[in-house]
Amino acid sequence: MNKTLKELKPGDKAVIKSVMGEGAVKRRLMDMGVTRGAEVLVRKVAPLGDPIEVNIRGYELTFRKSEAENIIVE
Amino acid sequence: MSYTFALVGNPNCGKTTIFNEITGSTQYVGNWPGVTVEKKEGKARKFKEEIKIVDLPGIYSLSPYTMEEIIARDYIVDQRPDVVINIVDASNIERNLYLTTQLIELGIPVVVALNMMDVVNARQDRIDTQKLIHYLGVPVLLVTANKGAGVKEVVEKALEVAQSAAAREADIPCKVFDQAIEQSLGKLQTLVKPWAQAKKYNARWVSLKLLEGDEKVKEKLDVPVTLMAEVKTYREGLEHEYDCDIETVVADNRYRFISNVVSKAIKKKNNGNTLTLSDKIDKVVTNRILAIPIFLAVMFAVFQASFGPVGSFTIDWIDVFINETIAGVLTSWLEAGGAAEWLKALIIDGILAGMGSMLVFVPQIMIVFFFLSILEDTGYMARAAFIMDRVLRKLGLSGKSFIPMLMGFGCSTPAIMASRTLENEKDRRLTIILTPFMSCGARLPVYALFAAAFFAQNQGVIIFSIYMLGIVVAVLSGIILKKFVLKGEVAPFVMELPPYRIPTLKGITIHMLDRGKGFVKKAGTVIFAAAVVIWFLQTFSFSFQMVQDPGDSIMGGIGKLMVPVFAPLGFDDWRAAVALLTGVVAKEVVVATLGILTDVGEVTEDSVELAAALQVYFTPLKAYAFMAFTLLYMPCVAAFGAIKREMNSWKWTLFTVAYQTGVAWIVALLIYQVGRLVGLG
Ligand SMILES: Nc1nc2c(ncn2[C@@H]2O[C@H](COP(=O)(O)OP(=O)(O)OP(=O)(O)O)[C@@H](O)[C@H]2O)c(=O)[nH]1
Repeated sequence: MNKTLKELKPGDKAVIKSVMGEGAVKRRLMDMGVTRGAEVLVRKVAPLGDPIEVNIRGYELTFRKSEAENIIVE
Repeated sequence: MSYTFALVGNPNCGKTTIFNEITGSTQYVGNWPGVTVEKKEGKARKFKEEIKIVDLPGIYSLSPYTMEEIIARDYIVDQRPDVVINIVDASNIERNLYLTTQLIELGIPVVVALNMMDVVNARQDRIDTQKLIHYLGVPVLLVTANKGAGVKEVVEKALEVAQSAAAREADIPCKVFDQAIEQSLGKLQTLVKPWAQAKKYNARWVSLKLLEGDEKVKEKLDVPVTLMAEVKTYREGLEHEYDCDIETVVADNRYRFISNVVSKAIKKKNNGNTLTLSDKIDKVVTNRILAIPIFLAVMFAVFQASFGPVGSFTIDWIDVFINETIAGVLTSWLEAGGAAEWLKALIIDGILAGMGSMLVFVPQIMIVFFFLSILEDTGYMARAAFIMDRVLRKLGLSGKSFIPMLMGFGCSTPAIMASRTLENEKDRRLTIILTPFMSCGARLPVYALFAAAFFAQNQGVIIFSIYMLGIVVAVLSGIILKKFVLKGEVAPFVMELPPYRIPTLKGITIHMLDRGKGFVKKAGTVIFAAAVVIWFLQTFSFSFQMVQDPGDSIMGGIGKLMVPVFAPLGFDDWRAAVALLTGVVAKEVVVATLGILTDVGEVTEDSVELAAALQVYFTPLKAYAFMAFTLLYMPCVAAFGAIKREMNSWKWTLFTVAYQTGVAWIVALLIYQVGRLVGLG
C-alpha cells in the first residue's frame, strides 16, 4: 500500500520506498538520508501548517509539504 | 615541512569548536573568492611543524548542488590538502557518515574525528572504534570538542598520516558499492585514467562522478565525447539493472553500507523511542499555540538588548569618547603646535570623525552577534526558520531572514551583518538588499521633524505609515527581485533541526570578537574612506577653500546640479538635495544639514524654528515624499560598508545601492505626482 509522506499524520511511522522528482530537491533529500528502507516518524507540523518535522536515521529533519508529496512510503 | 589539513563536516558537528581549539587566536576569517561563503584559516598551536588548518564550509554531501558543497569539493580535489580531517557528530552518526563515504573516495588521506562523545556516553551507547576503522579503512579518533578532549590527538594522527602518506597514491579502502557498480567503476577507471591523472584526480572518483552525470567534473576534465558515450552505456546498463536512476542507486548504496557499519559497530542502549530533553523543550518551543508568542518574545528580547538602553549607551559612549575626549586632546595639541586650520579640520572632522563613524557600530555588532551566536548554538535559530518559513516563503525568503529584517528596525549595519546566518547565498543577497528598507533608528529624527512641521495633528499615523511603506516596498521588492534578478532554482527547504545544546561562553566570545574584528577590517576601510571623502566634499569649495556653509561646498554644488533630478519628486529646492546627499554619512544628518542651510543653525529634531523654516520650502505632500525618499534611498556609509563586506562583490554592492535609490526615486515620484493629481499638493 503506497502513500506519500504528506498523507501521514503526526505520530505515524513508515518506511521510505522511493523519492520522486529530480534535481536539487531530490538530491538533497537523499543526501539527508531519505533513501529506500529508512524509517521515518512524523513528529509534527509547524504552527502555521507547513513545513513538517520528521525523525529519520536518529535525527530531526524538516521539509515542506511540497517535498513530502514526492516521498513515497509504505 | 609544512602541512595543510582541511576540516570537513556536517553543519553543527562541532567543527568551529574544533577549529578554535586547534588554532586558538591565529585564525583568519575571510570569504571564498567572489561568493558570500566564509573562509577560515589558522595555524595549529603547540606543534613544531608548520600546520595550516583550513575550515571548509559545513556540508552534508559533496554533490555539487550548493555553493558550499562546490567550494569544499573544489578545494579538496584542486588544492589537495595533505589530510582531510572529517568531523563526525557521533551522536548522529548515520547521516554524518554519508559525507565520510564521499570524502574517502576523493583519494586524499582522511582522518575521522568522532565528536560529541560526551553525548554518546551520556546516552550509554557504545561505539566500537576498531570496527569503524576496519569498515571505513581510515583512522578514527574520539573527541569531545567543547571540553577540548582528544583534539590534539586528532592533529597528531593527521600529522602521522601526512608524513607517511606523502609518497603513496591513496587507495580507496572501503567497499561501499554493490558488485555491479564496482564492476562498471573498475572498467571505467582504466578508460578515464589519462584525463584524471592530468588533473591529479583519483581515477575511481572521476569514474563514479561521470557515471553519476556530474556536470562540474565533466567540465573540469574536458573528457572526449567518445568516452562520454562509453560512460553513458555503463550508466544505462546500471539504471536498467536497478530500474531506477543512478543517483538514487548510489545514494541508496551509501546509506545501506552505512546502516550495515552502524549496526555492527554501535550498540545503542535504547532505541530512541524515549523522549530526550531536547524533544521535551521542542514540545513547548514549537508548540502549535505557544510557538509564535515565544518566537516574538525572543525576538523582542534580542532587539531590546541590542538597540535598547545598553546598545544606545555604548554608541553614545564611543561617540563622546572619540568626538569629544580624543578630539579635545588632539585639538589642543594641534593648536599648541600651531597647525593650520585646514589640517586641524582634516584630522579632527575628517579622519577622527570618520574613524568614529565606523567604531560606534562595533559594540553593537558584537552585542547582536552575542545573541545570534546564542540563538544559533542552542539550536533555536533552526526552530525560528521552521516556525516562520510559511510567512517568509511568500517573499522568496527563508524563515531565517526574519532576524536580519527585524534588526533592520534598529540599525541596518549590524542587521546586514546578521544575514550571515542564512545558509543559502541567494537568500543572503536578497536579505541584504531588503534589510535597509526596514526603517532604522537614525531615520526617525527626519520623520519626527517633518511630521511635527507638516502633520502636527496626526504625527503618529504619518510616521507609522512610513514604517509600513518600508515593509511594503520590501515585500514587493522581494517578489520582483526573486523573479528577475535572483532567479533560478529555489533552494530546497530541507533542514536539520539540531538538538538543543548549551552553548559555551568561549565559542560565543570568539564568534563575537571575530565579527567585530571582521567589521573593522573589511567594512571599516570602506566606511572610513567614504566618510573622509564626504567630509572633504562637504568642507571644501570647488576652489579648495574651506567653507562654513555647506551650500558653498563641492557637495552643495553637486546638490544644486541635482535639483532637476529631484524636482519631479517635489523637492525642487537645492537645500533638500544637499541634505539628502549629506544624509549618506548617517541619515539623521539630514536634519542637521537642513538646519544649517535654512540659517536656523544647530538644531534638534523637535526644533520649532526649523519646522517653521521648512514651511517655506515644503508643502505637506512634498514633505511626505521627502520622508519616503529618506526611508528608501541608499543607506548610510556604515551600512554601505557592511553591504560590501557581506556581498563580497562590488557589482552586487553597487547594484544594491542603485536599486534602493532607484526605488526611492520612483516611490517618491509616485507619491508626489499622484498626490498632486488627486489634489493633495
Ligand atoms: N555536548 C557537546 N557539544 C559540543 C561538542 N562540540 C561542540 N559542541 C556544541 O555544538 C554546537 C555546535 O558547534 P559548532 O562548533 O558551532 O559546530 P559547527 O559544526 O561549526 O556548526 P556550524 O557553524 O553550524 O557549521 C555548539 O553549541 C557547541 O558548543 C561536544 O563534543 N559535545
